[in-house]
Amino acid sequence: MRKRSFGVAAGLVAAALVLSGCAGGGDGGDGAGGGDGDKPYIALVSKGFQHQFWQAVKEGAEQAAEEFDVEITFEGPDTEADVDQQLQQLQTALDKGPDAIGFAALDSQAAGPYLQQAQDAGIPVIAFDSGVDSDIPVTTAATDNKAAAAEAAKHMVELVGGTGKIALVVHDQTSVTGVDRRDGFVEYIEENAPDIEIVDIQYGGGDQLKSTDLAKAILQANPDLKGIYGSNEGSAIGVVNAVTELGLEGQLTVIGFDSGQAQIDAITSGLMAGAITQNPVGIGYETVKAAVEALDGKELPKSIDTGFFWYDETNIEDPEIQAVLYE
Amino acid sequence: MRARLRGQIQQLLAFASLIAIVVFFSIANDRFLTWANVTGILLAATVVGLLALGTTFVIITGGIDLSIGTGMTLSAVMTGVFLTYLGMPLWLGVILAILFGGLLGLINGVNVAVLKIPPFIATLAMMLVAAGLSLVISGTAPIYFKETPDFVRLATGSLIPGIRFPNGVLIFIIVAIVAGVILKKTLLGRYTFSIGSNEEATELSGVNVTKWKIAIYTFAGLFTGLAGVLLASRLSSAQPALGMGYELEAIAAVVIGGTSLQGGKGSIVGTVIGALIMAVLTNGLRIMSIPQEWQSVAVGAVILIAVYLDILRRKNA
Repeated sequence: MRKRSFGVAAGLVAAALVLSGCAGGGDGGDGAGGGDGDKPYIALVSKGFQHQFWQAVKEGAEQAAEEFDVEITFEGPDTEADVDQQLQQLQTALDKGPDAIGFAALDSQAAGPYLQQAQDAGIPVIAFDSGVDSDIPVTTAATDNKAAAAEAAKHMVELVGGTGKIALVVHDQTSVTGVDRRDGFVEYIEENAPDIEIVDIQYGGGDQLKSTDLAKAILQANPDLKGIYGSNEGSAIGVVNAVTELGLEGQLTVIGFDSGQAQIDAITSGLMAGAITQNPVGIGYETVKAAVEALDGKELPKSIDTGFFWYDETNIEDPEIQAVLYE
Repeated sequence: MRARLRGQIQQLLAFASLIAIVVFFSIANDRFLTWANVTGILLAATVVGLLALGTTFVIITGGIDLSIGTGMTLSAVMTGVFLTYLGMPLWLGVILAILFGGLLGLINGVNVAVLKIPPFIATLAMMLVAAGLSLVISGTAPIYFKETPDFVRLATGSLIPGIRFPNGVLIFIIVAIVAGVILKKTLLGRYTFSIGSNEEATELSGVNVTKWKIAIYTFAGLFTGLAGVLLASRLSSAQPALGMGYELEAIAAVVIGGTSLQGGKGSIVGTVIGALIMAVLTNGLRIMSIPQEWQSVAVGAVILIAVYLDILRRKNA
């Protein structure tokens, strides 16, 4: 009971602050941090936690939390197949009564009732990383994976000289990122490079060892392969391992996705021609920033493109690239 | 005598299926039976194969070990800790990592034999503990082996001059022979079978079952440790998020090899063949560019057929 009345009081205070912020012009920023030292609380539920990528997203979220003086928590399931675990984390986050929620859905459909619950409670939802197939989220902060994969394909076409056989090692065939990074690549090739033949597309679940073994099988089956593309960190590293284990260094073009120390090393040493990096720090940052803006009552665009970059030997040391790579 | 003959027939059957699969893929794709691909298959079988070798002992006792997958990951992470964080010499770090796997086995053994926690639960708990600890110890980031560049050669280098035969495969062959001898010729092996056939009778005949069970789980843990070392070597890094699900592949290899989940029956030769069947099947299907979805279906079907054939054979015998 006490908790509820406190919540109502806090809501009133927040509303009053927003109003006074509008009235007072420039005072809005101070108001958000005021409220008797009670910072707004934003709960983020991501698609993963243990991978480097998600740690970088978390880092960006923490940066924004410090900058805008809000409190955040960051959680995610063990693997990207654990839809159930993610929903439980979302439920727990809702139970804590946050001011806003950041959510990267593993399964938009399954998350529907929970998002409805958030909407009913007046908690703004910010989708991040991949779109949530629902009109409840006020905005989506994500990489345009299809455009990013098309960029990878463009470089592949240039590097293999517009002709020959290539193959894809993709992390999975069901998630939005897996599908977009495959389709963006394949569609670009089909439309722009009729002389390039995609001989195989295999899925390694992002597991380095499995991706290594399957990339080896692809290379065995197609000795005249000219290029191979790995759609995320684990897949790309698998391809690099396969090339090294078979002693094919320098004989074909390897293009990766995301970063991580091993991939950075492979690019520096010339084993990998280059890779696309998303901006994971930016994803985390923009998500929290959007949440703060939503709490301040600002209008937000339907989607926030957090951007991507192509990096290779020539620009890997650029500060702009270094800022978005993670080790 | 008849039992022995039966065992040999079973192994012959498993071996024949392996040959049949190999012949099938060789005809289906002329790239299958190349030296590079064959050594590739053997190397792919190594990590899961090592896990399967260790767990064969546990399964013969009538137990199960679900912690081998993430235990392997934790051992890989510990290899990183020993070699990269603590800067130990290569040989010492590797030995300590293998012993660390043994320590995980020891804890499993105590939980099962002394605390009487059912193996499924005890090792399920250990599976989760090991998965979590891998992330905690590594700080959720992969550990690289920059200080010990030779470490990578442990799995993928080639000791035999002139031929590309990965050391990892050599290690697997040697370890499999050692495991086979221990299971057949030593007290540890004999008690493994005897506990699995009839634990009570073994106890009544004066054998300290508690002590031997702990010994068996600890021994099996050493294989988990070695698998972790080879995994880390092959990926030139300890990847803390990997490992979940590897235990099921290992158990599948053991079962395809004719070892009974009821305990009391099994062989190392069978397990090696089981691991090879799994590796040949995945490689062959990939080389033929069969979609991933169907690869899983095929592997599942092979497990069913293998186990059903085993049941049929036992009924007829």
